[in-house]
Amino acid sequence: MELFGDYFKQLYDTSGWNFVIFYDQVEWQRFVEAIWTTIKLIIACLIFSLIVGFVGAWAQGAQSKIVRNVIAGYIQFFRNTPPFVQILFFYFVLGNLTPSYDAGGYQEAYIGSFGWAVISLGFFAGAFNTEIFRSGIEAVPESTVEAASALGYTRLQSYIHVVFPLAFRVCLPALNNNLVNLLKTTTLAYGIAVPEMMYTANQIWSDNVNVPEMMIVLFFFYVGLVAILVYGMSRWERSMKIPGYG
Amino acid sequence: MASPSQSGNGSGTNWTPDQPMVSIKDVHKSFGDLEVLKGVSLDVMKGECICIIGPSGSGKSTLIRCVNALNDIQQGSILVEGLEVNDPNLDKLELRKKVGMVFQQYNLFPHKTAIENIMMAPITVLKQDKDEVAEHANSLIKKVRLEGKENSYPGELSGGQQQRVAIARSLAMSPDVMLFDEVTAALDPETVKEVLNTIQELAEEGMTCILVTHEMGFAREVANHIYFTDFGLIVEHGAPATFFDDAKDPRTKEFLSQIL
Ligand SMILES: Nc1ncnc2c1ncn2[C@@H]1O[C@H](COP(=O)(O)OP(=O)(O)OP(=O)(O)O)[C@@H](O)[C@H]1O
Ligand SMILES: [Mg+2]
Repeated sequence: MELFGDYFKQLYDTSGWNFVIFYDQVEWQRFVEAIWTTIKLIIACLIFSLIVGFVGAWAQGAQSKIVRNVIAGYIQFFRNTPPFVQILFFYFVLGNLTPSYDAGGYQEAYIGSFGWAVISLGFFAGAFNTEIFRSGIEAVPESTVEAASALGYTRLQSYIHVVFPLAFRVCLPALNNNLVNLLKTTTLAYGIAVPEMMYTANQIWSDNVNVPEMMIVLFFFYVGLVAILVYGMSRWERSMKIPGYG
Repeated sequence: MASPSQSGNGSGTNWTPDQPMVSIKDVHKSFGDLEVLKGVSLDVMKGECICIIGPSGSGKSTLIRCVNALNDIQQGSILVEGLEVNDPNLDKLELRKKVGMVFQQYNLFPHKTAIENIMMAPITVLKQDKDEVAEHANSLIKKVRLEGKENSYPGELSGGQQQRVAIARSLAMSPDVMLFDEVTAALDPETVKEVLNTIQELAEEGMTCILVTHEMGFAREVANHIYFTDFGLIVEHGAPATFFDDAKDPRTKEFLSQIL
């Protein structure tokens, strides 16, 4: 660590490239915290969007026309408006309407900026996940579903144990794309001051006037994260591969 | 496992084994404008094995799919152990616990192994104890002669093996009636026999069976009664000996002359 820091200090002194986060203890601390916040944000958004997709795709197959229309409206809304506008809307409009509590002299909202980022980005990606899962569900043969009902499965049981597991495998490539997209879109959380990497980088370059350096760091950071996600997804895909199927 | 007369409640309670286990009366079924069943009636007693034969499109599949409510009917009545299938408030689970079904295309769950396919429904649907289900499943694996294939996925099994898993999967629910819809039609001639043997054993053990089949030799040997359908009607029926050797209706005769 010492050597590493010295190298970047040296680099700054000799060439002017200021990777301040690698030799300044305070900035390094900021950077590390941003890494954790970003990872937590991404994981929360991924999980929430998958749950939304799972439930949404289920509800799309509902008997009730009202339920189906609500889902269709939800998808249209989130697909056809900018995610940045969505996140601002959630935080500033819905955030104002939700209750807050007295935190010793000032009002603290129950759902903070991190929470709103997860909710809005989760719904945003969830709209796409719903569509993706639905396309997977359509690929599950009607006869397989029928076999489940003949065995006494309810529609929900058959969705959980038969339809979804099969649909999920079919739509993994499309899901992969959308989750990578979601990962990248989490940078929009800087708009509502979630201290994730984009926001923190912005603060660091404001304090240190090292925009190009921090940009480079940002690129490498997100390339690394996407690589990890893609690797994880392909591992998952392989572990779910069914012998003798597809 | 409750005995048939005890299982079920509501409309199913007054059934006794001296009444038909499945009683189909004047069933009409249309798909849109197409009337596929035009008043079909037949009874199946407990322990009986009946075969439905007839030309393609005559409504055989439609009929047996009505018995476990995979198809609804427009008119008539189907009683399974006294449970009325043509009832908007039908408890489908109650019906499907009584009626097992095996399909032409096996329709196994491809993401589960053979043994998991067999164990899934009793655990999920009947909420039975896992260990008991596993024990039952293993005995069923033996029954259909698939020892050693427990952990194979459907995609790794031959058609005949898959179909025997499908039979075991259905039996795991301990049904009182089994429906078989041309279960050997998708199989190689060599594997047809192993599946038919399994069904024959079941029938001999006293399982009530309704079969749609093109295997006339099998029907003659195993069935108690043969029904011949054409254009949505039962044209002729009888015990195998009379039916095959002494058919009365010209349509039956023509069909038999083509197929035998
Ligand atoms: N879901 C459906 N929608 C519309 N028509 C259907 C449907 N299922 C069956 N039919 C029609 O009903 C008629 C009877 O079909 P069914 O499958 O019962 O015949 P089958 O006697 O089983 O014939 P096969 O020996 O070819 O299996 C056919 O004309 C078929 O086209
Ligand atoms: Mg058929």
